[in-house]
Amino acid sequence: MTTSILHRITGGALYVGTLLVALWLIAAATSKETFDYVNWFFGTLIGRLILFGYTWALMLHMLGGIRHFIWDTGAALEKHTASKLAWATLVGSVVLTVAVWVVGLIVRGGWA
Amino acid sequence: MVELTLPRNSQIRQGKTWPKPEGATNLREYRIYRWSPDDDENPRMDTYFVDMDDCGPMVLDALLWIKNKIDPTLTLRRSCREGICGSCAMNIDGANTLACTKGADEISGPVKVYPLPHMPVVKDLVPDLNNFYAQHASIEPWLQTVSPEPAKEWLQSHEDREKLDGLYECILCACCSTSCPSYWWNGDRYLGPAVLLQAYRWLIDSRDEAKGERLDNLEDPFRLYRCHTIMNCTQTCPKGLNPAKAIAEIKKMMVERRV
Repeated sequence: MTTSILHRITGGALYVGTLLVALWLIAAATSKETFDYVNWFFGTLIGRLILFGYTWALMLHMLGGIRHFIWDTGAALEKHTASKLAWATLVGSVVLTVAVWVVGLIVRGGWA
Repeated sequence: MVELTLPRNSQIRQGKTWPKPEGATNLREYRIYRWSPDDDENPRMDTYFVDMDDCGPMVLDALLWIKNKIDPTLTLRRSCREGICGSCAMNIDGANTLACTKGADEISGPVKVYPLPHMPVVKDLVPDLNNFYAQHASIEPWLQTVSPEPAKEWLQSHEDREKLDGLYECILCACCSTSCPSYWWNGDRYLGPAVLLQAYRWLIDSRDEAKGERLDNLEDPFRLYRCHTIMNCTQTCPKGLNPAKAIAEIKKMMVERRV
Protein backbone atom coordinates (compact mmCIF):
# COMPACT_ATOMS: atom_id res chain seq x y z
CA MET A 1 0.00 0.00 0.00
CA THR A 2 2.86 2.40 0.85
CA THR A 3 4.45 2.20 -2.59
CA SER A 4 1.01 2.52 -4.17
CA ILE A 5 0.32 5.83 -2.46
CA LEU A 6 3.92 7.00 -3.06
CA HIS A 7 3.43 6.23 -6.76
CA ARG A 8 0.39 8.52 -6.76
CA ILE A 9 2.04 11.29 -4.75
CA THR A 10 5.16 11.29 -6.94
CA GLY A 11 2.90 11.24 -9.99
CA GLY A 12 1.28 14.41 -8.71
CA ALA A 13 4.65 15.96 -7.85
CA LEU A 14 5.88 15.29 -11.38
CA TYR A 15 3.32 17.78 -12.72
CA VAL A 16 5.07 20.47 -10.67
CA GLY A 17 8.47 19.14 -11.77
CA THR A 18 7.43 19.36 -15.42
CA LEU A 19 6.37 22.96 -14.80
CA LEU A 20 9.93 23.63 -13.56
CA VAL A 21 11.37 22.25 -16.80
CA ALA A 22 8.88 24.32 -18.80
CA LEU A 23 9.86 27.40 -16.78
CA TRP A 24 13.52 26.76 -17.57
CA LEU A 25 12.83 26.38 -21.32
CA ILE A 26 10.51 29.40 -21.45
CA ALA A 27 13.16 31.47 -19.67
CA ALA A 28 15.76 30.32 -22.22
CA ALA A 29 13.46 31.39 -25.04
CA THR A 30 12.66 34.76 -23.45
CA SER A 31 15.93 36.58 -22.76
CA LYS A 32 19.41 36.04 -21.40
CA GLU A 33 18.55 37.92 -18.16
CA THR A 34 15.47 35.79 -17.45
CA PHE A 35 17.37 32.60 -18.19
CA ASP A 36 20.28 33.65 -15.98
CA TYR A 37 17.86 34.40 -13.17
CA VAL A 38 16.02 31.06 -13.40
CA ASN A 39 19.31 29.22 -13.86
CA TRP A 40 20.70 30.98 -10.79
CA PHE A 41 17.69 29.93 -8.71
CA PHE A 42 18.01 26.28 -9.75
CA GLY A 43 21.69 26.52 -8.74
CA THR A 44 20.98 27.68 -5.17
CA LEU A 45 20.83 25.17 -2.35
CA ILE A 46 17.03 25.30 -2.23
CA GLY A 47 16.84 25.05 -6.01
CA ARG A 48 19.09 22.02 -6.03
CA LEU A 49 17.13 20.44 -3.20
CA ILE A 50 13.94 20.82 -5.25
CA LEU A 51 15.67 19.36 -8.32
CA PHE A 52 17.01 16.48 -6.22
CA GLY A 53 13.49 15.76 -4.97
CA TYR A 54 12.21 15.98 -8.54
CA THR A 55 14.85 13.45 -9.64
CA TRP A 56 13.81 11.08 -6.86
CA ALA A 57 10.09 11.46 -7.67
CA LEU A 58 10.89 10.78 -11.33
CA MET A 59 12.93 7.66 -10.52
CA LEU A 60 10.40 6.25 -8.06
CA HIS A 61 7.52 6.88 -10.45
CA MET A 62 9.47 5.35 -13.34
CA LEU A 63 10.32 2.19 -11.38
CA GLY A 64 6.73 2.08 -10.11
CA GLY A 65 5.56 2.26 -13.71
CA ILE A 66 7.84 -0.62 -14.67
CA ARG A 67 6.47 -2.57 -11.69
CA HIS A 68 2.90 -2.01 -12.86
CA PHE A 69 3.99 -3.05 -16.35
CA ILE A 70 5.28 -6.36 -14.95
CA TRP A 71 2.08 -6.81 -12.95
CA ASP A 72 -0.02 -6.23 -16.08
CA THR A 73 1.45 -9.44 -17.51
CA GLY A 74 0.13 -11.29 -14.45
CA ALA A 75 3.64 -11.88 -13.07
CA ALA A 76 5.16 -11.08 -9.65
CA LEU A 77 1.78 -10.68 -7.93
CA GLU A 78 2.46 -13.26 -5.22
CA LYS A 79 2.34 -11.85 -1.69
CA HIS A 80 6.05 -11.99 -0.86
CA THR A 81 7.25 -11.30 -4.40
CA ALA A 82 5.13 -8.15 -4.47
CA SER A 83 6.60 -6.99 -1.14
CA LYS A 84 10.14 -7.59 -2.40
CA LEU A 85 9.31 -5.66 -5.57
CA ALA A 86 8.05 -2.77 -3.43
CA TRP A 87 11.34 -2.64 -1.53
CA ALA A 88 13.30 -2.93 -4.78
CA THR A 89 11.38 0.07 -6.13
CA LEU A 90 12.20 2.16 -3.06
CA VAL A 91 15.88 1.19 -2.84
CA GLY A 92 16.29 1.40 -6.62
CA SER A 93 14.86 4.92 -6.73
CA VAL A 94 17.35 6.18 -4.12
CA VAL A 95 20.29 4.44 -5.83
CA LEU A 96 19.31 5.81 -9.26
CA THR A 97 18.77 9.33 -7.92
CA VAL A 98 22.19 9.41 -6.26
CA ALA A 99 23.75 7.90 -9.40
CA VAL A 100 22.18 10.55 -11.66
CA TRP A 101 23.48 13.33 -9.40
CA VAL A 102 26.96 11.86 -9.05
CA VAL A 103 27.25 11.43 -12.82
CA GLY A 104 25.79 14.89 -13.34
CA LEU A 105 28.25 16.52 -10.96
CA ILE A 106 31.20 14.63 -12.48
CA VAL A 107 30.21 15.69 -16.01
CA ARG A 108 29.72 19.25 -14.78
CA GLY A 109 33.11 19.15 -13.09
CA GLY A 110 32.08 19.81 -9.50
CA TRP A 111 29.44 21.35 -7.25
CA ALA A 112 29.95 25.04 -8.07
CA MET B 1 -16.80 8.88 -1.89
CA VAL B 2 -13.60 9.98 -0.21
CA GLU B 3 -13.98 11.04 3.41
CA LEU B 4 -10.72 11.81 5.15
CA THR B 5 -12.20 12.50 8.58
CA LEU B 6 -14.89 10.67 10.49
CA PRO B 7 -18.27 12.35 10.90
CA ARG B 8 -18.69 13.85 14.38
CA ASN B 9 -21.00 11.08 15.55
CA SER B 10 -18.57 8.37 14.40
CA GLN B 11 -15.50 9.64 16.23
CA ILE B 12 -14.23 7.04 18.66
CA ARG B 13 -14.09 8.00 22.35
CA GLN B 14 -12.23 6.47 25.26
CA GLY B 15 -14.57 3.88 26.76
CA LYS B 16 -14.85 1.97 29.98
CA THR B 17 -12.03 -0.03 31.57
CA TRP B 18 -13.53 -3.19 33.00
CA PRO B 19 -12.11 -4.55 36.27
CA LYS B 20 -9.39 -7.19 36.10
CA PRO B 21 -10.55 -10.73 36.89
CA GLU B 22 -9.79 -11.57 40.51
CA GLY B 23 -6.89 -13.86 41.30
CA ALA B 24 -5.65 -14.02 37.72
CA THR B 25 -1.91 -13.72 37.17
CA ASN B 26 -1.59 -14.23 33.40
CA LEU B 27 -3.53 -11.23 32.04
CA ARG B 28 -3.88 -10.00 28.49
CA GLU B 29 -5.25 -6.56 27.67
CA TYR B 30 -7.93 -6.22 24.96
CA ARG B 31 -9.15 -2.90 23.56
CA ILE B 32 -12.40 -3.42 21.70
CA TYR B 33 -14.53 -1.15 19.54
CA ARG B 34 -18.04 -0.75 20.93
CA TRP B 35 -21.04 0.92 19.32
CA SER B 36 -24.73 0.37 19.79
CA PRO B 37 -27.57 1.64 17.58
CA ASP B 38 -29.85 1.76 20.63
CA ASP B 39 -28.43 4.90 22.24
CA ASP B 40 -27.11 8.13 20.76
CA GLU B 41 -23.59 7.58 22.05
CA ASN B 42 -20.44 7.79 19.93
CA PRO B 43 -18.38 4.64 19.36
CA ARG B 44 -15.93 3.93 22.18
CA MET B 45 -12.94 1.70 22.93
CA ASP B 46 -13.55 -0.51 25.97
CA THR B 47 -10.62 -2.13 27.77
CA TYR B 48 -10.89 -5.68 29.10
CA PHE B 49 -8.42 -7.98 30.84
CA VAL B 50 -8.51 -11.65 29.90
CA ASP B 51 -7.23 -14.42 32.15
CA MET B 52 -5.08 -16.35 29.70
CA ASP B 53 -4.84 -19.33 32.08
CA ASP B 54 -8.60 -19.76 31.68
CA CYS B 55 -8.87 -18.97 27.96
CA GLY B 56 -7.90 -20.52 24.61
CA PRO B 57 -5.04 -19.13 22.49
CA MET B 58 -7.00 -17.44 19.69
CA VAL B 59 -8.41 -13.91 19.64
CA LEU B 60 -11.89 -15.39 19.17
CA ASP B 61 -11.40 -17.44 22.36
CA ALA B 62 -10.66 -14.22 24.23
CA LEU B 63 -13.64 -12.37 22.73
CA LEU B 64 -15.97 -15.19 23.76
CA TRP B 65 -14.33 -15.35 27.18
CA ILE B 66 -15.07 -11.65 27.62
CA LYS B 67 -18.66 -12.13 26.41
CA ASN B 68 -19.21 -15.10 28.74
CA LYS B 69 -17.41 -13.88 31.83
CA ILE B 70 -17.27 -10.08 31.81
CA ASP B 71 -19.64 -8.34 29.42
CA PRO B 72 -22.50 -10.25 27.72
CA THR B 73 -23.42 -7.18 25.65
CA LEU B 74 -20.26 -7.52 23.49
CA THR B 75 -21.62 -8.35 20.03
CA LEU B 76 -19.79 -10.29 17.31
CA ARG B 77 -20.39 -12.86 14.60
CA ARG B 78 -18.83 -16.30 14.86
CA SER B 79 -19.74 -19.80 13.88
CA CYS B 80 -17.25 -22.50 12.91
CA ARG B 81 -14.25 -21.29 15.00
CA GLU B 82 -11.86 -22.97 12.53
CA GLY B 83 -11.42 -20.58 9.61
CA ILE B 84 -13.94 -22.07 7.22
CA CYS B 85 -17.11 -19.96 7.66
CA GLY B 86 -15.66 -16.44 7.52
CA SER B 87 -18.07 -15.06 10.11
CA CYS B 88 -15.54 -13.69 12.60
CA ALA B 89 -13.67 -11.48 10.11
CA MET B 90 -12.58 -8.29 11.86
CA ASN B 91 -9.71 -5.85 12.13
CA ILE B 92 -7.23 -7.18 14.69
CA ASP B 93 -3.92 -5.47 15.48
CA GLY B 94 -4.37 -3.25 12.42
CA ALA B 95 -5.04 -5.97 9.86
CA ASN B 96 -8.20 -7.69 8.65
CA THR B 97 -8.25 -11.35 9.57
CA LEU B 98 -10.32 -14.09 11.17
CA ALA B 99 -10.45 -13.91 14.97
CA CYS B 100 -10.61 -17.71 15.15
CA THR B 101 -7.30 -18.31 13.33
CA LYS B 102 -5.39 -15.32 14.74
CA GLY B 103 -3.30 -16.31 17.75
CA ALA B 104 -3.10 -13.73 20.53
CA ASP B 105 0.59 -14.64 20.88
CA GLU B 106 1.21 -13.25 17.36
CA ILE B 107 0.42 -9.77 18.70
CA SER B 108 2.60 -7.65 20.98
CA GLY B 109 1.04 -5.28 23.49
CA PRO B 110 -2.71 -4.76 23.96
CA VAL B 111 -4.86 -6.51 21.36
CA LYS B 112 -6.88 -3.90 19.47
CA VAL B 113 -10.05 -5.15 17.81
CA TYR B 114 -12.25 -3.17 15.40
CA PRO B 115 -14.99 -4.20 12.96
CA LEU B 116 -14.01 -4.55 9.28
CA PRO B 117 -12.99 -1.06 8.08
CA HIS B 118 -15.22 1.34 6.16
CA MET B 119 -18.38 -0.75 6.43
CA PRO B 120 -21.57 0.46 8.13
CA VAL B 121 -21.63 -0.97 11.65
CA VAL B 122 -24.68 -2.88 12.83
CA LYS B 123 -23.37 -3.21 16.40
CA ASP B 124 -19.90 -3.49 18.01
CA LEU B 125 -17.87 -5.85 15.78
CA VAL B 126 -20.71 -6.69 13.38
CA PRO B 127 -20.46 -4.90 10.00
CA ASP B 128 -23.31 -4.57 7.50
CA LEU B 129 -22.29 -6.73 4.53
CA ASN B 130 -25.53 -6.46 2.52
CA ASN B 131 -23.87 -4.50 -0.29
CA PHE B 132 -21.02 -7.02 -0.38
CA TYR B 133 -23.44 -9.96 -0.77
CA ALA B 134 -25.50 -8.10 -3.39
CA GLN B 135 -22.31 -7.53 -5.38
CA HIS B 136 -21.51 -11.22 -5.12
CA ALA B 137 -24.98 -12.05 -6.47
CA SER B 138 -24.44 -9.60 -9.35
CA ILE B 139 -21.66 -11.72 -10.87
CA GLU B 140 -24.07 -14.70 -10.97
CA PRO B 141 -21.86 -17.15 -9.08
CA TRP B 142 -23.25 -20.38 -10.50
CA LEU B 143 -22.55 -22.62 -13.47
CA GLN B 144 -24.11 -21.31 -16.69
CA THR B 145 -24.38 -23.47 -19.79
CA VAL B 146 -26.15 -23.60 -23.14
CA SER B 147 -25.13 -27.14 -24.11
CA PRO B 148 -27.66 -29.90 -23.43
CA GLU B 149 -27.21 -31.20 -19.90
CA PRO B 150 -25.24 -34.44 -19.69
CA ALA B 151 -26.98 -37.52 -18.25
CA LYS B 152 -24.63 -37.41 -15.25
CA GLU B 153 -22.34 -34.63 -14.00
CA TRP B 154 -20.46 -32.05 -16.10
CA LEU B 155 -16.97 -33.51 -16.57
CA GLN B 156 -13.72 -31.65 -16.18
CA SER B 157 -10.11 -32.71 -16.78
CA HIS B 158 -7.63 -32.77 -13.91
CA GLU B 159 -5.77 -29.86 -15.51
CA ASP B 160 -8.93 -27.76 -15.78
CA ARG B 161 -9.89 -28.60 -12.21
CA GLU B 162 -6.47 -27.41 -11.04
CA LYS B 163 -7.23 -23.95 -12.42
CA LEU B 164 -9.80 -23.53 -9.63
CA ASP B 165 -7.21 -24.11 -6.90
CA GLY B 166 -6.58 -20.92 -4.97
CA LEU B 167 -10.06 -19.68 -5.95
CA TYR B 168 -12.58 -22.19 -4.63
CA GLU B 169 -11.11 -21.87 -1.12
CA CYS B 170 -12.45 -18.31 -0.76
CA ILE B 171 -14.92 -18.15 2.14
CA LEU B 172 -16.25 -14.64 1.38
CA CYS B 173 -15.17 -13.28 4.76
CA ALA B 174 -14.71 -9.80 3.18
CA CYS B 175 -11.28 -9.25 4.78
CA CYS B 176 -9.77 -8.40 1.38
CA SER B 177 -12.52 -6.13 0.06
CA THR B 178 -12.64 -4.10 3.28
CA SER B 179 -8.84 -3.68 3.27
CA CYS B 180 -8.89 -2.14 -0.22
CA PRO B 181 -8.71 1.70 -0.43
CA SER B 182 -10.44 1.56 -3.82
CA TYR B 183 -13.29 -0.36 -2.21
CA TRP B 184 -13.39 2.15 0.67
CA TRP B 185 -13.80 5.08 -1.72
CA ASN B 186 -15.97 3.42 -4.38
CA GLY B 187 -17.52 0.41 -2.67
CA ASP B 188 -20.90 1.25 -4.17
CA ARG B 189 -19.69 0.77 -7.74
CA TYR B 190 -16.37 -1.11 -7.56
CA LEU B 191 -16.97 -4.83 -6.96
CA GLY B 192 -13.89 -5.28 -4.77
CA PRO B 193 -11.31 -8.10 -4.62
CA ALA B 194 -13.45 -10.85 -3.06
CA VAL B 195 -16.25 -10.58 -5.62
CA LEU B 196 -13.78 -10.24 -8.51
CA LEU B 197 -11.92 -13.36 -7.34
CA GLN B 198 -15.28 -15.14 -7.41
CA ALA B 199 -15.96 -13.71 -10.87
CA TYR B 200 -12.63 -15.12 -12.04
CA ARG B 201 -13.45 -18.48 -10.45
CA TRP B 202 -16.41 -18.80 -12.91
CA LEU B 203 -14.57 -17.24 -15.85
CA ILE B 204 -11.79 -19.82 -15.62
CA ASP B 205 -14.11 -22.82 -15.05
CA SER B 206 -13.88 -25.06 -18.15
CA ARG B 207 -17.51 -26.16 -17.70
CA ASP B 208 -18.96 -22.64 -17.74
CA GLU B 209 -20.26 -21.36 -21.09
CA ALA B 210 -21.08 -17.74 -20.24
CA LYS B 211 -17.54 -16.31 -20.39
CA GLY B 212 -18.47 -13.57 -22.89
CA GLU B 213 -21.48 -12.36 -20.90
CA ARG B 214 -19.47 -12.49 -17.67
CA LEU B 215 -16.73 -10.33 -19.20
CA ASP B 216 -19.33 -7.92 -20.64
CA ASN B 217 -20.75 -7.51 -17.15
CA LEU B 218 -17.31 -6.58 -15.78
CA GLU B 219 -16.29 -4.28 -18.68
CA ASP B 220 -16.92 -1.11 -16.75
CA PRO B 221 -14.72 1.72 -15.47
CA PHE B 222 -15.77 1.00 -11.89
CA ARG B 223 -16.77 -2.64 -11.44
CA LEU B 224 -13.36 -4.01 -12.50
CA TYR B 225 -11.03 -1.16 -13.32
CA ARG B 226 -11.02 0.58 -9.92
CA CYS B 227 -8.40 -2.03 -9.01
CA HIS B 228 -5.05 -0.22 -9.03
CA THR B 229 -2.98 -3.15 -7.76
CA ILE B 230 -2.59 -1.72 -4.27
CA MET B 231 -2.12 -5.34 -3.08
CA ASN B 232 -3.76 -4.99 0.37
CA CYS B 233 -6.17 -7.79 -0.59
CA THR B 234 -3.44 -10.35 -1.14
CA GLN B 235 -1.45 -9.16 1.88
CA THR B 236 -4.40 -9.57 4.24
CA CYS B 237 -6.25 -12.70 2.98
CA PRO B 238 -6.49 -15.05 6.00
CA LYS B 239 -6.74 -18.02 3.62
CA GLY B 240 -3.54 -17.10 1.76
CA LEU B 241 -5.36 -16.54 -1.54
CA ASN B 242 -4.42 -13.98 -4.18
CA PRO B 243 -7.33 -11.76 -5.31
CA ALA B 244 -4.91 -9.28 -6.94
CA LYS B 245 -3.66 -12.01 -9.25
CA ALA B 246 -7.24 -13.06 -10.12
CA ILE B 247 -8.12 -9.46 -11.00
CA ALA B 248 -4.96 -9.14 -13.15
CA GLU B 249 -6.03 -12.30 -15.00
CA ILE B 250 -9.51 -10.85 -15.66
CA LYS B 251 -7.89 -7.66 -17.03
CA LYS B 252 -5.75 -9.86 -19.30
CA MET B 253 -8.87 -11.71 -20.52
CA MET B 254 -10.42 -8.35 -21.40
CA VAL B 255 -7.43 -7.52 -23.61
CA GLU B 256 -7.08 -11.00 -25.07
CA ARG B 257 -10.67 -11.13 -26.35
CA ARG B 258 -10.12 -7.87 -28.22
CA VAL B 259 -7.07 -9.01 -30.21
